Amino acid sequence: MKHEKPNETVSRASGIQLRNVFKTYGGDKSVAAIEDINLVLPEGQFTAILGPSGCGKSTLLNLIAGLEEATAGEVSVFGKPVTAPGPERAVVFQEATLFPWLNIFENIVFSARLKHLPIDQFKDLADELITAVGLEGFKLHMPDQLSGGMRQRVGIARALLMRPQVLLMDEPFGALDAQTRLQMQQLLTDVWERYKKTVVFITHDIDEAIFLADVIYVMSARPGRMVTELRVPLPRPRSVSMLTSDVFNKLRVKVFESISLLPH
Amino acid sequence: MGGQMTDLAQNVAGELTALPPARRDLKRSRKNPIVVRISKLQPLIVPMAILLLWELVVRMGLIPPGLLSSPSGIAKGLSVWAFGPAGNGMNAYSGTLLSNMLNSGERVFEGFLVAIVVGVPTGLMIGYNKSFAKTFDPFIQSMRPVPITAWMPVSLTLFGISGLSAISLISLGAFYPIVINSAMGARDINKQFVRAARMMGASPRQLMMRVIVPNALPAIFVGLRLGIGVAWTAVVIAEMVAVKSGLGYVLWDAYYIGRMEIVLGDMVAIGLLGFLSDCLIVAIERRVLHWKQYNSR
Repeated sequence: MKHEKPNETVSRASGIQLRNVFKTYGGDKSVAAIEDINLVLPEGQFTAILGPSGCGKSTLLNLIAGLEEATAGEVSVFGKPVTAPGPERAVVFQEATLFPWLNIFENIVFSARLKHLPIDQFKDLADELITAVGLEGFKLHMPDQLSGGMRQRVGIARALLMRPQVLLMDEPFGALDAQTRLQMQQLLTDVWERYKKTVVFITHDIDEAIFLADVIYVMSARPGRMVTELRVPLPRPRSVSMLTSDVFNKLRVKVFESISLLPH
Repeated sequence: MGGQMTDLAQNVAGELTALPPARRDLKRSRKNPIVVRISKLQPLIVPMAILLLWELVVRMGLIPPGLLSSPSGIAKGLSVWAFGPAGNGMNAYSGTLLSNMLNSGERVFEGFLVAIVVGVPTGLMIGYNKSFAKTFDPFIQSMRPVPITAWMPVSLTLFGISGLSAISLISLGAFYPIVINSAMGARDINKQFVRAARMMGASPRQLMMRVIVPNALPAIFVGLRLGIGVAWTAVVIAEMVAVKSGLGYVLWDAYYIGRMEIVLGDMVAIGLLGFLSDCLIVAIERRVLHWKQYNSR
């Protein structure tokens, strides 16, 4: 199954697939990060992976991104087995990790610069994305001049400039204060409405997972296993007012239940 | 020597990350203008006092004549050395200051350039590539404790009494701080930067040129500033022994024939050139690392 599938239509429908994926760190005193993960994430779905710290959810994301290699099992994205990072899979990191020596615009178009594309091939998209994430007027600022929330907006725009099929987000709002985090969640859900990418969103914040996702997977701690799959019946477009709705609260109860079932 | 080197490196690094100028100005502007004017003069108090005392001691004849020139004597000697008629039989140094400064400056420039061209890429590779580091780092580290002064006979044997032997010592001396700091800069990379670049499709070469190098630039400049200091030390020693021109040669020559005003004037000239070359590096650094000014961490 290591070869590429020639049939595009069949493979596209499959989205992201993980089959019997294991990841173990270290040699002799090996630590199992994740164990026997099986997932099928259809194209266009916003998936949240919810779990406590150290449950291997970031590992899971890195495997899909191709930044780490699975010890066993198979990871494929749109039918292609993942062996290395690829332009169809963009990552938004926990810290925005912008290059401090480049201004905001140059950070956003970094991937295009690597491909030596002429500027007219990405300038319009860059400007559109800068507007979409609310960074007009900050193009020539340097990353160290921006707040954490604004830096993460740049991180999102930078990822979307790659025109990826899949957007992988590793607790991107984890380091932000509560208010900024809410703003960013609203912004992300708006941006998602517009670009409808397949998203995998890693978080330990229950409300965040419910507010953003179509489907939530709850993971257990060490070694990380999938415990529950929850569908989020909230209508789209989402807005902050839904955070207090009955549907939202019922989902929270369900998540709490699934977490209290976890072995410690 | 190793300990000294790191202390020095920290001092320079400390200088570089000192308060941004804007904030310093803000603090100062709140103070009384007269206090500001006095505090501006404050750094001059000690040197002025020493010069005054020195002048008095020499003029009062407390030091035997010919042993030490007075500041005014040095100034006079310097001005003849600089602007006096050349080829004056009475004063062999007359009018030769500029040419000697140029001689030494050129050697420092050439030797320093060689040190940069060899040291920066070598250091970056040592910091970036583990197998390259295993191959070259132990060798460089084992050579480093040998002071460049000890290399003098070898360089004289290889290059004879010539500018080349001076240049080889200068480049060797400046090479060590440059290579060590470049390696540190390349090693000291946020792993997330590497991940981000790989995620966006950077090839190993692009990773080097667009991430590792800019990230290492602050450390490289620390190496350059340490290196230029070593280069001036090296040029003086080398010219004392290995060449018949330049400020180091004049320094030793004037000492032998008892021209203390030229010896001391020469020291002033060396200090001035060292200071100016450091200023030049700092000016280039400010331009290249303009993004650093926003970094408050």
